[in-house]
Amino acid sequence: MSELAENREVVFHASGVTKVYQMGEVQVHALRGIDLDLYAGELVVLLGPSGSGKSTLLNILGGLDTATSGHVSYHGRDLTRAGDRELTEYRRYHVGFVFQFYNLIPSLTARENVAAVTEIARRPMAPERALEVVGLGHRLDHFPSQLSGGEQQRIAIARAIAKNPEVLLCDEPTGALDSATGIVVLEALERVNRELGTTTVLITHNAGIAEMADRVIHLADGSISDMHVNTVKRAARELSW
Amino acid sequence: MRALDKKVLRELWQMRGQALAIIAVIVSGVTTMVMFLSTYDSLIQTRENYYAENRFAEVFASLKRAPEHLLARIQLIPGVERAESRVVAAVNLDIEGFNEPVIGKLISLPDAGDARLNQLHLRRGRFIEPYRDDEVMLSEAFANAHRLQPGDHLSVIIKGKRKTLTIVGIVLSPEYVYQIAPGAFFPDFKRYGVMWMGRNGLASAYDMDGAFNDISLTLGSGAAVGTILDQLDDLLKPYGGYGAYAREDQFSHRFLSEEVRQLRTMATVFPLIFIGVAAFLLNVVLNRLINTQREQIAILKAFGYSNAAIGLHFVKLVLLIVLLGITIGVALGGYWGRELSLIYMEFYRFPYLHYLLRPSVVVVAATVTVLAAISGTLLAVRQAARLSPAEGMRPNSPVVYRASLIERLGLQRFFSQPTRMIVRHIQRRPFKSLLSVIGIALAGGIMMVGNFQEDAIRYMVEVQFSISKRDDLSVRFTDPTSRRALHELQAIPGVQHVEVFRTLPVRLRFEHRTYRTALEGVQPEGELMRVLDTRLQPVALPPQGVVLTDHLAKILGVLPGDMLTIEVLEESQPVLQVPVVGLSKQYLGVWGYMRIDALNRVMGEGEVISGAYLAVDPQARGEIYAQLKEMPRVAGIVVRKSAIQSFYDTMAETVLFFSFIANLLGATIAVGVVYNTARIALSERGRELASLRVLGFTHGEIAYILLGELVLLTLVAIPLGFLVGEGLCAFLASQFKTDLYRVPLVLESQTYANAAAVVLFSACASGAVIWHRLGRIDLVSALKTRE
Ligand SMILES: Nc1ncnc2c1ncn2[C@@H]1O[C@H](COP(=O)(O)OP(=O)(O)OP(=O)(O)O)[C@@H](O)[C@H]1O
Ligand SMILES: [Mg+2]
Repeated sequence: MSELAENREVVFHASGVTKVYQMGEVQVHALRGIDLDLYAGELVVLLGPSGSGKSTLLNILGGLDTATSGHVSYHGRDLTRAGDRELTEYRRYHVGFVFQFYNLIPSLTARENVAAVTEIARRPMAPERALEVVGLGHRLDHFPSQLSGGEQQRIAIARAIAKNPEVLLCDEPTGALDSATGIVVLEALERVNRELGTTTVLITHNAGIAEMADRVIHLADGSISDMHVNTVKRAARELSW
Repeated sequence: MRALDKKVLRELWQMRGQALAIIAVIVSGVTTMVMFLSTYDSLIQTRENYYAENRFAEVFASLKRAPEHLLARIQLIPGVERAESRVVAAVNLDIEGFNEPVIGKLISLPDAGDARLNQLHLRRGRFIEPYRDDEVMLSEAFANAHRLQPGDHLSVIIKGKRKTLTIVGIVLSPEYVYQIAPGAFFPDFKRYGVMWMGRNGLASAYDMDGAFNDISLTLGSGAAVGTILDQLDDLLKPYGGYGAYAREDQFSHRFLSEEVRQLRTMATVFPLIFIGVAAFLLNVVLNRLINTQREQIAILKAFGYSNAAIGLHFVKLVLLIVLLGITIGVALGGYWGRELSLIYMEFYRFPYLHYLLRPSVVVVAATVTVLAAISGTLLAVRQAARLSPAEGMRPNSPVVYRASLIERLGLQRFFSQPTRMIVRHIQRRPFKSLLSVIGIALAGGIMMVGNFQEDAIRYMVEVQFSISKRDDLSVRFTDPTSRRALHELQAIPGVQHVEVFRTLPVRLRFEHRTYRTALEGVQPEGELMRVLDTRLQPVALPPQGVVLTDHLAKILGVLPGDMLTIEVLEESQPVLQVPVVGLSKQYLGVWGYMRIDALNRVMGEGEVISGAYLAVDPQARGEIYAQLKEMPRVAGIVVRKSAIQSFYDTMAETVLFFSFIANLLGATIAVGVVYNTARIALSERGRELASLRVLGFTHGEIAYILLGELVLLTLVAIPLGFLVGEGLCAFLASQFKTDLYRVPLVLESQTYANAAAVVLFSACASGAVIWHRLGRIDLVSALKTRE
């Protein structure tokens, strides 16, 4: 870790981040003071039981949600104080998302789903190229309903990487897939991380997946309970669960 | 094309059924608006051109008889531009092969040169040759009704003397765009004709040599009409002037203006309903669409699409639907507008049509529609634009259902589970359900308006001709005559009963308000002519005083008990003070009524009559007509029954056209609302219904849950539709209330039944489509995705 800290640029810097949901009378503390730095090019896996605040943290990092208190900065840019316009711009040019349920637009083909994002990006790759990266160069004109779950998820990844984002945020990308298909998807993510140097945060329930990470962070009840650097980083192909 | 725009197009295609239903409603609105407004503009424009080209006069007056040199003095009234004197004669006609009485109006033309005012438009044949006294020109409507052609002969009885004339031309006149016999209530081209002949010939036949009995004027710009009318009245008074009037009060012009005004009302009311319904439908559909697309919206935002871009995306979808509707609507409206204008042109005998579809009409129609659509969907779009991405990513919170009224009243054991599902679902969205009900009700209401016209006219005719005027025929004398003429009429074989009447042209005055009409003296306890009270019951006229049509009393602002000033426009033109003693109801025209003996007494004239109502033996009609025609003093004979029949004949086509259109439009709305409501229910509850199918429910059982709701809404909507229809008809009736006619609010049960039937039929048709879709519901895919 010390090696990383010395040599690499800090992409995200979070300090004292809390998130409180007001549910009528009750307050739900989803995050209770998170301090965290994420470095350029690393692949981080977030682990933790259901309800521990993983998605909440990821959403705040991705500018989908704002913290109740504390600070989050991206390359020194304060996200906690950004307005809607600034967050939109931040998401548009810097972040790629992958979701558990793929969330493709059913009325658009694979290629068009990717194009919907590249059209508003600054230095995008061609949608076809992005689909090639995830191994779907041959399914360009299929609609989501004509594709398997794994294929849909890989399109979602293609969509996320096509704009050449600096960070890739993935919330349980393999959650809805069997292990073989899951590995294909993880390979795609690994390849993007390695070849494009995209900083990647990956949420999972699956401790097995943690072995492909540079660093593993455990959340429990809204706090970081453990954090360690993988000395041996395994290829996605070698994983199993 | 950008990916998001492809999404718009594909989604539009996916919901094409719903979009089509909405487009049809928009098309109806834009079409009616463009059709009515362009017809309105065209009629106004055509009329203006026609009037200007043919020098339609601005002031009119008729009188008993004045020497021709009076014309020079009239010409000197300041503000008068041109003046033209004429001889106008009421005549009886003999048409070969047509046995019924025909009356006509013969109008003089200058013997040499063109008429200065009210020039004729020649359709066929030629103008009268100078100084010919045996040539005549006929109005086209009359000529066509009898298939008369230039070269045919016509036998005219002027003051009891027969004269044979040769028809040389068929013409149109700006004065008789709307042609109706004096005292009649609707046009009857077979039994009333307007004709023109040379001045000399007519004057010598009508004892008007060197004299005139009719005058028309045009005025210089900026002339004060009021003072000119007064000055003209003063000049004509010694010569038996019947009172001058301006163009606004010229009968044909008045009627046309009334029609044009009605077009304007229609151009507002109908499109507003359609466009309102369309806005509601768009709102419902878009709300649903945005609800199902919460996650998609969130994703797009997560990837950096701005709020504005998302909002615009949905606005585009709405605009696409609306623009399609507007385009088709403008095209159809333009086409139907021309057709409708042509119908009007034929009906009103304009020589030509200047069809005018102003760009401003299109702009107004488009703007109104777009604004309504946008405002109808604004909230939904805003909701989409504002949706926070983290929020949208989460599934919609489960729909909250509550125990319904049925459970709270403890009635559940009387209702099946599916029935309770129906009630709960309606209760969960009471406002939306209410809007659907209102939409369907509007559909019913519009159809009722379509049939209202016919119901009202039938009723007006029934009141006027079965309850009030019940004569077989009426005879009018050229001049007031002694009551002894009664015995002559009674002596004709076949005449069963005769009642006399006295009519006087009058100007009624109360405070500063005046109104020109006629006063009719009727026989007390008459059987053939009965004055009706405001509850349409025949009343005995009081021995003194005048009874006014209620609408006339309103115009004059008088109440029973007030003293009315009556300026008689005949004989010595006395000014009388007579108390108003009652009000009477009638739907056509406005009149004053007195007992004939009371009228004779206040006029100080002895037993004088103007004409008589006759009840006759139907077998003897032919001979009676023949005998009457030859009586020297008879100016005109009107046969009641044939007049009514010909009126229904001319009306039948228009009425059919209107009720067809109204039913079509109403059905469009009904289908639009029911189909969209059902489709949305299907999309909201597809998973639920698919799950029930998985659990073993049958196609029929799940259809019951979905369609039962629609049936319930439709059944609630139908009676509400009756109320809406009554309201709309009442509104239109109040808009169309004039001194020419008042439209009674009468709706036959058939009209209600028709509206209900079309609504039910439209609902069933939509239901059938949904039934079919439910049969193909995909159980597997419905359960696969998460919602
Ligand atoms: N909109 C919300 N309103 C109220 N509470 C919320 C809301 N969103 C999340 N929470 C609560 O915040 C806590 C953290 O939620 P979060 O979604 O971050 O958990 P998670 O670690 O992603 O869980 P999982 O693994 O099940 O996805 C949970 O207790 C959750 O109930
Ligand atoms: Mg989560």
